[in-house]
Amino acid sequence: MTIAADTPQLIPKGVEYIRILPELVLTIFGMLIMLLDPLIDDRRSQKTLGAVALLGSLAAIAATLYQSQFPGLGFWNMVRVDTFSLFFHFLITTITALVILSSYDYMAVQQIRAGEYYGLILFGAVGMCLMSSAMELVLIFIALEISSISTYILVGFRRRAAISSEASLKYFLLGSFATAFFLYGVAMIFGATGSTSIPTISQILRSGQVPVLAYVGVALMFVGLGFKVAAAPFHVWTPDVYEGAPAPVVGFMSTAPKAAAFAVLLRIIFEAHAPGGFWLVWVAAALSMTLGNIAALVQDNVKRLLAYSSIAHAGYLLVAFAALPNNGIPAAMFYTAAYAAMNVGAFAVVSHFAGAGERYVTVEDYAGLGRRSPLLAATLTIFLLSLIGIPITGGFFAKFYVFSAALQANLVGLTIIGVLNSAVGAYYYLRIIVMMYMREARESLPLGPIPFGVSAALAISALATIYLGILPGRVLEYASRSAADLLR
Amino acid sequence: MTALHSTILTLVTFVPLAGALLLLFAPRRDRDIRIFSLVISLLAFILSLHLPVHFQRAQTGFQYEVDKAWIPTPHIHYHMGADGISMWLVVLTTFLTPLCVLISWKSINERVKEFFILLLVLETALIGVFVSLDLFLFYFFWEATLIPMALLIGMYGHGRKVYAAVKFFLYTMIASVFMLAAILWLYAKIGSFDFVVIQTAIRNGQVENFHAAALWLFLGFFVAFAVKVPLFPLHTWLPDAHVEAPTAGSVLLAGVLLKMGTYGMLRFNLGLFPEQSRNNAPWIMVLALIGIIYGALVAMVQPNLKKLIAYSSISHLGFVVLGIFSFTQAGLDGATFVMLAHGVSTGALFMLAGILYERRHTYEIVEFGGLATPMPVYATFFLFIVLSSLGLPLLNGFVGEFLVLSGAFTSRAVYGILGATGVIWSACYLLWMYQRVFFGKVREPVNQSLPDLDIREQIALWPPAVAALVMGVAPLLWLNAIDPAVQVALAPLAQLASRVVGR
Repeated sequence: MTIAADTPQLIPKGVEYIRILPELVLTIFGMLIMLLDPLIDDRRSQKTLGAVALLGSLAAIAATLYQSQFPGLGFWNMVRVDTFSLFFHFLITTITALVILSSYDYMAVQQIRAGEYYGLILFGAVGMCLMSSAMELVLIFIALEISSISTYILVGFRRRAAISSEASLKYFLLGSFATAFFLYGVAMIFGATGSTSIPTISQILRSGQVPVLAYVGVALMFVGLGFKVAAAPFHVWTPDVYEGAPAPVVGFMSTAPKAAAFAVLLRIIFEAHAPGGFWLVWVAAALSMTLGNIAALVQDNVKRLLAYSSIAHAGYLLVAFAALPNNGIPAAMFYTAAYAAMNVGAFAVVSHFAGAGERYVTVEDYAGLGRRSPLLAATLTIFLLSLIGIPITGGFFAKFYVFSAALQANLVGLTIIGVLNSAVGAYYYLRIIVMMYMREARESLPLGPIPFGVSAALAISALATIYLGILPGRVLEYASRSAADLLR
Repeated sequence: MTALHSTILTLVTFVPLAGALLLLFAPRRDRDIRIFSLVISLLAFILSLHLPVHFQRAQTGFQYEVDKAWIPTPHIHYHMGADGISMWLVVLTTFLTPLCVLISWKSINERVKEFFILLLVLETALIGVFVSLDLFLFYFFWEATLIPMALLIGMYGHGRKVYAAVKFFLYTMIASVFMLAAILWLYAKIGSFDFVVIQTAIRNGQVENFHAAALWLFLGFFVAFAVKVPLFPLHTWLPDAHVEAPTAGSVLLAGVLLKMGTYGMLRFNLGLFPEQSRNNAPWIMVLALIGIIYGALVAMVQPNLKKLIAYSSISHLGFVVLGIFSFTQAGLDGATFVMLAHGVSTGALFMLAGILYERRHTYEIVEFGGLATPMPVYATFFLFIVLSSLGLPLLNGFVGEFLVLSGAFTSRAVYGILGATGVIWSACYLLWMYQRVFFGKVREPVNQSLPDLDIREQIALWPPAVAALVMGVAPLLWLNAIDPAVQVALAPLAQLASRVVGR
């Protein structure tokens, strides 16, 4: 590899540690949780460890903000801090904080021992953060594994429920298969270009004849990443795993690892000038949108419904990857942010409403929620409207930017497929809203007050969703600058 | 004064929304909430009167304009303005909303707070649709009308309310994504959402590939509007939505929401695609004629009072479309006037139907008969509104339909003749309905003791009755502002015609 040739110095300078500061902070807090776990007695562990984890994620957000003053390369050109990586760091650490907030009461209700749960979330976040700043395919692979292994375990955390263990095993088996594909692709690219460093690969691929091996490599890496973002035809695991996993974990894994995988995909397609990406993306986008939306129409379990919806949204997002880089990248980044805000929020509602043993997860269970808990219903409505893509929500602008980027690249066919799909999609989100407001509840008991953690998570994600829907300008402008950074 | 001049549209649009936000934090004291909503909607109405009072009738183009950058990428502007057409539609909206509040005073007893919040949000969205000059802003408000309306139908309606709400939502949502696609295409080629900029670019032929795409763009907009109007055969959502909607929902649905479609055709189909409008006019006018006659015939056999009024809307809106695509001064003037007149009289008809429903909880015509005896005041109001709706001279319905028909005659005589039968049909079904409900002996014993209108209901019914009379006697008060705007809308079509002749 070309690591040593560029940089003679062997010990990283101090500033280079700042460039991985969020990852360091998350790791330290994660280990702290593992160490504290046996020392605290069971009854108090949930609260204390949750607080430590929350503190850790907030410290990571702070570290990301601090890091923004030190852009540049580090660790033998393996990581780069720029506006692009900062965007995703901020996104992932914020999602982590929100998920921890919404897990807080969930764990108590489900009577799951907190223990390593919070630690694993933080470790997972380390991997995801690293994925967005890594400039090196091997490092990306390692980061991918860190994040994946944490999520495999998190999925199986409802140990008493068979469905959860099944989900965990399924996710683990298929996931390791997919990462193997990714690694195989990395090897092919290395064979084709003689390097695993993205800037070098980009130079070689741009300068001369593109070897066939590179096409194969890109396709294989796309398989691995397509699995992580739940894009069709690599989506088969999604509904089962989302149904079995604890609801807050689904909120986490449907947003943060996806954002990280999309960041990697952006780097590979646009920064490394991967050949042959266009048609891969085109087909995967069209398939994901169509399959996801059509399958979601007939779901009765809210978690499965949202699983198919997340497949569909991966499809919309992929449309941006087929567009031209200078509109496509910002559109994709904006979409990940908006999707994260609305999906984390939606799953916060789902995990709060599910109750002990996740009993209330079918669409029918939501009947009459508008009367039983107006606040919970109103916030879920905001998230669902955003998922449909109704104006004044982030989801609307996300779709809007993606489709206008596609049209600027003359992708009329893909845009029409997307627009039609978003009309189909309206139906199943609407079903939940209809249930909440227009049907009478079977159990008319009013729900208790929403606990602090959940309400904080809901407030933040609802505000973010509406902020992105009314004043998307600043975020988009930042994303455009990141795109410029990425393409430099 | 000048400061008010540029902020008045913003004020009128967002006062109801501000009221809704305040209501969100208000305690659940139903009476106070009703009074507060009434005050807010009256405030919006009074503010909106500023528009016609200070309107420069001699001046063409948009007035009260405000144009501020909203989102830098893409270039979305907060661009609002009103001309003689949209100004009156705004006033129609603000005029009907306080009446909706009054008419829902007693009939809405549950979830009162949510009801009035939705009503006020709906008002903001409706006004926004009419004054937006940025295509993006327009789409924003257009879609924003959907949710409150669907929720009003689904939460406060009766019978198959959920079915009706979902059908309404999906129908209009699916149609409007085609418009979104067309808007995005225009933005991709022109780089602006501004109505005036896009219009100029198209006229000067600065849009690449425009000729290949123009027909599809025209259709993209047209489908979205045609569903809203609703034009035959896309009308099937309307009877369901109307029958199940609460009274206030029906009033706004018929009074204003349907006009979003015809307004859109006038402003965007004619304004942006004059050539395609001309080419496609024949089949559109045929559909409009089918709508007029079919709507009237179906209305005639309806056993349900509200369904009858709903089908009469399809028939009346057919006149509007016929007038717009006649491309004559009279036709377009008439189309705009019918929009306003239909808003007033059909709004009032729905209110009257709602009053009856509050007393008897049914809309079936056979349940009534002889109501003129127990409810003389109600019967008088009803007759007056029925006459205005069927186009009795000196009342509002006559002026618009007459202008539309004279426009249609100029365009092609057979259209005028067929359209004119619509006037006869509407007299048939409305008078027959009136006879069955009010004349004869009281058949059902319950109907003997029905109370007549109370003060609140009379207050709600006087304004539309007076408006119907004034609009019929002095239509020029409205037409002198509409006329210049119509001339502007027709200018490109006239150029087109002269170019064809010149060749």
